[in-house]
Amino acid sequence: MKTVEEIKSMIEAAIPGAGVEIASNPNPALPHSLRIAPGCALDVAKFLRDDAELKLDYLSNVTGVDWPNSLEAVYHLYSVEKKHGPVVIRMHTVNRSDQVDLPSLAPVWRSAEFQEREVFDLYGIVFTGHPDLRRLLMWDGFKDHPMRRDYVEPDDFEYEPTAHDEVLKRAEAHRNREQGSEIRDQEDGAMA
Amino acid sequence: MTMSSSAIDISASPEKLEGWNRPASIAESGDGELLEVAMGPHHPSTHGVFRMDVSLDGERVVRLKPVFGYLHRNHEKIAESISYLASMPYTDRLDYICPLTNNWAYALAVEKLVGQAVPERAEYLRVILGELTRFQNHAGSIGFLIQEMGASGTPLMYAFREREKILDLFEELTGARMMVNYMRFGGCRVDASPAWLEKTRTVVAGLPGFVDEFEALLATNEILVARTQGVGVLKPEVAVNAGVTGAMLRASGVDYDIRKVDSYGIYDRFKFRVPLGDHGDVYDRFMIRLLEMRESIGILQQALKEIPGGPVMDPKAKIRGFRPKPGEAYGRIEAPKGELGFYLISDGGPNPYRYRVRPPSLINLTVLEDMCLGHDVADVVLIFGSVDIVLGEVDR
Repeated sequence: MKTVEEIKSMIEAAIPGAGVEIASNPNPALPHSLRIAPGCALDVAKFLRDDAELKLDYLSNVTGVDWPNSLEAVYHLYSVEKKHGPVVIRMHTVNRSDQVDLPSLAPVWRSAEFQEREVFDLYGIVFTGHPDLRRLLMWDGFKDHPMRRDYVEPDDFEYEPTAHDEVLKRAEAHRNREQGSEIRDQEDGAMA
Repeated sequence: MTMSSSAIDISASPEKLEGWNRPASIAESGDGELLEVAMGPHHPSTHGVFRMDVSLDGERVVRLKPVFGYLHRNHEKIAESISYLASMPYTDRLDYICPLTNNWAYALAVEKLVGQAVPERAEYLRVILGELTRFQNHAGSIGFLIQEMGASGTPLMYAFREREKILDLFEELTGARMMVNYMRFGGCRVDASPAWLEKTRTVVAGLPGFVDEFEALLATNEILVARTQGVGVLKPEVAVNAGVTGAMLRASGVDYDIRKVDSYGIYDRFKFRVPLGDHGDVYDRFMIRLLEMRESIGILQQALKEIPGGPVMDPKAKIRGFRPKPGEAYGRIEAPKGELGFYLISDGGPNPYRYRVRPPSLINLTVLEDMCLGHDVADVVLIFGSVDIVLGEVDR
């Protein structure tokens, strides 16, 4: 298995201008990963899959991470043919609010199909080029992204069979808080 | 049964997979209109609450979209708000048929994150429990598959009779039949007594007879052969590209078993073979599970013979105030359903910054539509059953 540094120089030799950096693991005993610029991610992915030495034909795990200033998609690649891995690649969005799109790698590895849908559902990363980007686990009318760290749970207390004073007060407070902030109203449109 | 699958060509070459060109749908016959059926979430064959939106042209499936989330409780979010150890009992509830392998995968990921060693005896116990889990999972999944074929009761009860013996062993060792909460970072919670090991040897000695009986009963059964051979074919290049793992991948003829590839734990000490299928149809998946049960028995016999004495918990393992150094790790094992992985990011705090489960059941369903197109709706039940999923893990 090649080291991360070798893979980085292989990518740079094959795809000129590919923005690949080494993202070092804070714990030096554990493997480092490669940060890919979203612009050329599809070319890099195809190269990693098809290169005769690497042959990373199996995408095992796709997941999102919510960092304070951006969202991140992490991909764990293995090779079934060469039986090596993992090579970890990651991409960052520009911010957490309005520029949250990343290129989908589902056209290269189909195992990203459901997993990118899940990341879209729970983190709100929009994967451009995904063939069927819908929510996977939450229902279609749902508005927020529950795995984000600033997610506020809805107060469903008014639906309690015996909603009483305190419960109704909390629900009211929540409604006011929602209106005063940018929190999206989760129930709105759910029944549509 | 139906051989109309020749109408579609799923044998997409790698180039054809480029740019996402799966067979979106197959040609309609042209007479009559399509019937939209929601199979599930309360259909008895969906192994829980799972829905398939199926379009039918007569009896033939021309489109199939799985719908998830009926059992979603955001396990990952909950795990990120509690300590590392507190998630251990919750992993039992992912794939509740195989709680011990879930424990193992999570313990392995955390041990990787903190560089924790595991004592020899604990490794042996993990292998013994992991292979017992694999055995009862495969027996049960075959039993359910035959049940869905219409053989109501008998084969499933044969499988559950053996499963019961294994669950009794789990109960005696861990205190619970299914919600075991047994493994810890750096070992196992309690030691196995010599009496338990002796009992396990007795149970394992009875397993080959059960597999022989099961195979004689089923493998050449005319109905089973007619219903499963040539049904739900999955080509190896599609399987690899779609991230299919476990018995389903090996039934398509791809030699990839994480016990061999990663040799996690102490699997490099045991002699076992990796059975591979030729056709990748439902019959092959059934047969691979049967053969894997035999290999599991082989591993169990070796492990029970060689198990050494000693502690089951690393005495230096930290339990109170457990705070891994900042870093990230991905640990994976060959769970009975496929590659079960846990991805963890630590920021140095007492609970994980990011906790992710890589669910084999969910990802193996990626190719469900490909396998079902062109088949009768009765075969969908079989193809779905041969994937072997548990909804607790699919929806998390």
